[in-house]
Amino acid sequence: MSKERTGTPLVEMRDISIAFGGIHAVDGVSLDLYPGEVVGLLGHNGAGKSTLIKCLSGAYQADSGEFFVDGKPATITSPRDSRDLNIETIYQTLALADNLDAASNLFLGREITTPLGFLDEGQMEAETRKIMARLNPNFKKFKEPVSALSGGQRQSVAIARAVYFNARILIMDEPTAALGVHETEMVASLIKELKSQGLGIFLISHDTREMMELCDRVAVMKNGQLIGNERVEDVTEDDILSMIIMGKNPKAKD
Amino acid sequence: MTDLPETKSASPNLFRKFVNGTEIDTRLLGMFGALALIWLGFHFYGVIFKGFGAMLTPRNLWNLSVQTSSIGIMATGMVLVIVTRNIDLSVGALVGVTGMTMGILQVDIFPQFLGLGHPLMWVITAICGILLGTTIGMFHGWLIAYRGIPAFIVTLGGLLVWRGTAFLANNGKTISPLDDTFKLLGGGPYGTIGATGSWIVGVIACIVIIYLLVNGRRKRITHGFPTRPMWGELTVAGLSCAMVVGSVLLVNSYPWPKGIVKQYAAANNIEIPPEGIFISHGFAIPVLILVTVGILMTILVNRTRFGRNVFAIGGNPEAAELAGINVKWMTLKIFALMGALAGLAGVVASARLNSATNALGLLDELYVIAAAVIGGTSLAGGVGTIYGAILGALVMQSLQSGMVLIGFDTSIQQIVVGSVLVFAVYLDNLYRKNAK
Repeated sequence: MSKERTGTPLVEMRDISIAFGGIHAVDGVSLDLYPGEVVGLLGHNGAGKSTLIKCLSGAYQADSGEFFVDGKPATITSPRDSRDLNIETIYQTLALADNLDAASNLFLGREITTPLGFLDEGQMEAETRKIMARLNPNFKKFKEPVSALSGGQRQSVAIARAVYFNARILIMDEPTAALGVHETEMVASLIKELKSQGLGIFLISHDTREMMELCDRVAVMKNGQLIGNERVEDVTEDDILSMIIMGKNPKAKD
Repeated sequence: MTDLPETKSASPNLFRKFVNGTEIDTRLLGMFGALALIWLGFHFYGVIFKGFGAMLTPRNLWNLSVQTSSIGIMATGMVLVIVTRNIDLSVGALVGVTGMTMGILQVDIFPQFLGLGHPLMWVITAICGILLGTTIGMFHGWLIAYRGIPAFIVTLGGLLVWRGTAFLANNGKTISPLDDTFKLLGGGPYGTIGATGSWIVGVIACIVIIYLLVNGRRKRITHGFPTRPMWGELTVAGLSCAMVVGSVLLVNSYPWPKGIVKQYAAANNIEIPPEGIFISHGFAIPVLILVTVGILMTILVNRTRFGRNVFAIGGNPEAAELAGINVKWMTLKIFALMGALAGLAGVVASARLNSATNALGLLDELYVIAAAVIGGTSLAGGVGTIYGAILGALVMQSLQSGMVLIGFDTSIQQIVVGSVLVFAVYLDNLYRKNAK
């Protein structure tokens, strides 16, 4: 156990399982996440990474298993539960309402209202302009529906939504898949910044090299099971690849 | 090679400048254009072939406004239903069943307890009708959201079930006449607010328009957002107020018919001078109901979380669910609201006919859906406006009324209305493609 991984984990998932029509998408996976830590989830398509993460974000309900947040048992049955626990998710599909503008998407489900209960559009747009100035200074299309935005701009709206509400636990499902080189670097530096603020981050990606650079730990899944859960310093890129492909942890043999 | 976009003539530039400066929705302009085309077309058809243009007379336009009311009221609700990727085919049947129930209540049941002509009869009856509509809508919404039956099927079933129920409720007999006060909700010479009342409404409307524009501009300036140029603001204010004043002048220039004036004079001991008395209709009460519903629904859609969530569901149902919006509960509420509006339309429609008939609201669902769609509501979900739907209702009704005036057969009317609907959606597709 390393130095920074002491105390209570931010999140602990114990023995999580979920099946769809007899197929065990996630099969008895246990994983934890500490403050200021980035844990990378790796595996082939269909290995169960996104499904596991969706159980934590409330999009799916786990069939069995327990969640602990700050050491306390937590029930997560809907996305709202997860948000109430300060867990924010950036989905692979971005989960944006394409017909609405950036501000509406940022505050979707958590709109700012005036004392009379009406939407405070001005306030929401001002907050959106503020956070976008920080995340993506080139962003100018505040009035247009997000369907009119480029992949990178849409991604930055999705990221802004997760970051704005003071998340403590951030789930990022392939946050750089749709991005160019420059934007990918911006996301990487954002991850480092958030990490230094003490957030815990689950990161899903196919890019092993990127994961080696950004993560403190990597967890590899195959066929719904957790194959390995290793500190990045302790493994090589080849070790990770062999875990992904062979489904065996070379470390476990030693 | 001529790859550059054409920017030679001055008028398209002026037009673009006008649209950008005023931020007027080009679709709105298109709808006004269509309306003008229909009105002028039918009017001059009358002038040329019948020797008299009946379309653009105060009398016809006033009637048109009253006829648009019940469809317009429902069209505002249909916008929300269609925006969330559903459909409601039962609204016409709901008008029938609520109208018939209210007929029975105010003619057969309430007089036994309240006495005939009780001053509160109309309120209680209308509330009962709206509540009945709400309950049925809620039931539809529950079946759709919580039992997973497609809206198309639930409301198609509802169309038959509630039409049949309306028939059974009074064994197919027509109930007429209705309560004297209730009748006013449907318009008619007495169901209007007169010249002075109309001016008061008009002036208030202008003040509100100017207040909203000033306030909106002030807010954008405090937040440091870009604003419209001053001439743009003035143009919008000027055009809006001109439209309000124009409609007041219009409804005030339509006088009561002689018979009604005589009746009114006799009841109030007024001596009629030989040249007659000019008593204006002014705005009809159902039109004011439509305007009020339109304003409230616009506020609901644009200014509340409910409205914002409706559009989020329409744009991306999964994203809405992931954002913590309870999509099922929202669906139930939207259908309940649609039911309430159908109940209100039942009030207006039965009051206008001064009777509750079995055929009340027959085929209304098609006109309501057509109004919403012509008004720019996308059947793919996520897009639509309340004002568009009301204008759409006006376009549909203008078409209908214009064809009646020039003496088209019902069969030809149906062919034209059907074709226009299909063509309007095709135009809408083209518009959207160009916008993207």
